[in-house]
Amino acid sequence: MLLGPSLLVSAILFSIGVVGVLLRRNAIVIFMCVELMLNAVNLTFVALSRQLGLDGQVFVFFVMTVAAAEAAVGLAIIIALYRHRDTVNLDNINLLRG
Amino acid sequence: MGPLRPEGRVVANLVFYAACIIAIVSAVLCITRRSPVASALWLVNVLFNLSVIYVLLDAHFIAAVQILVYAGAIMVLFLFVIMLLNVGRPGPSDIKGAGGKLIALVAGLVMLAELLALRNVRMPPGQALPDGAVARMVEQQGAVQAIALPLFQQYLIPFEITSVMLLAAVVGAVVLAKRKL
Repeated sequence: MLLGPSLLVSAILFSIGVVGVLLRRNAIVIFMCVELMLNAVNLTFVALSRQLGLDGQVFVFFVMTVAAAEAAVGLAIIIALYRHRDTVNLDNINLLRG
Repeated sequence: MGPLRPEGRVVANLVFYAACIIAIVSAVLCITRRSPVASALWLVNVLFNLSVIYVLLDAHFIAAVQILVYAGAIMVLFLFVIMLLNVGRPGPSDIKGAGGKLIALVAGLVMLAELLALRNVRMPPGQALPDGAVARMVEQQGAVQAIALPLFQQYLIPFEITSVMLLAAVVGAVVLAKRKL
């Protein structure tokens, strides 16, 4: 069935997200990599929900809600940082207090 | 998938593997493109292909929500912020140097090895549903009702807490992004 390949794709996508977070300096791109990791986890939930019941799909629903809230708050933080430092490069943003 | 003729199953498998490969290639392009706008658009491609995979895994409602919420709302928010801050123009590359690349690659490979080791875990016997049980449930109840029943019965309190969290997030986003309160 499709469970094995789905879990494999999910593992690969999650690892690509991890590499992206470590590889980039742009805060917005790092944020997109976090979304990529959340999506990889969602794929695991959906793949396993075929074997273990529909609760997995309900969890995907919750993960999406949290991802939406996280995106709104995180992008607001990035906008506030940009106003303060005129950059979204994380190498230049290394103080908690500006 | 519900009951399919053999040739239908072959086509479904082909579409599944094609979507998997496109998703992985798009994800790699997403993390290696220099321009944030290009990264965002490749990520949209990943999300669309994941939605195709969800349809083939009998999660029709999740597939629709994936397009509506992720591709429709979250990625538009990302593109809006990229264009608001005017960081979309190609500038000096933000990809780390050789040392950073090596660390990222090693950490990614370690992560991948760990996740692949997890695939060998066996499911506890007796918990797994018979083959096609979820597909049959979706067929009988409809894709939306099959999700809605557990969501509004078993998971009612988490659902209500989620609404409070969304309210907090909206207030937080406005407070953070506003110049002066």
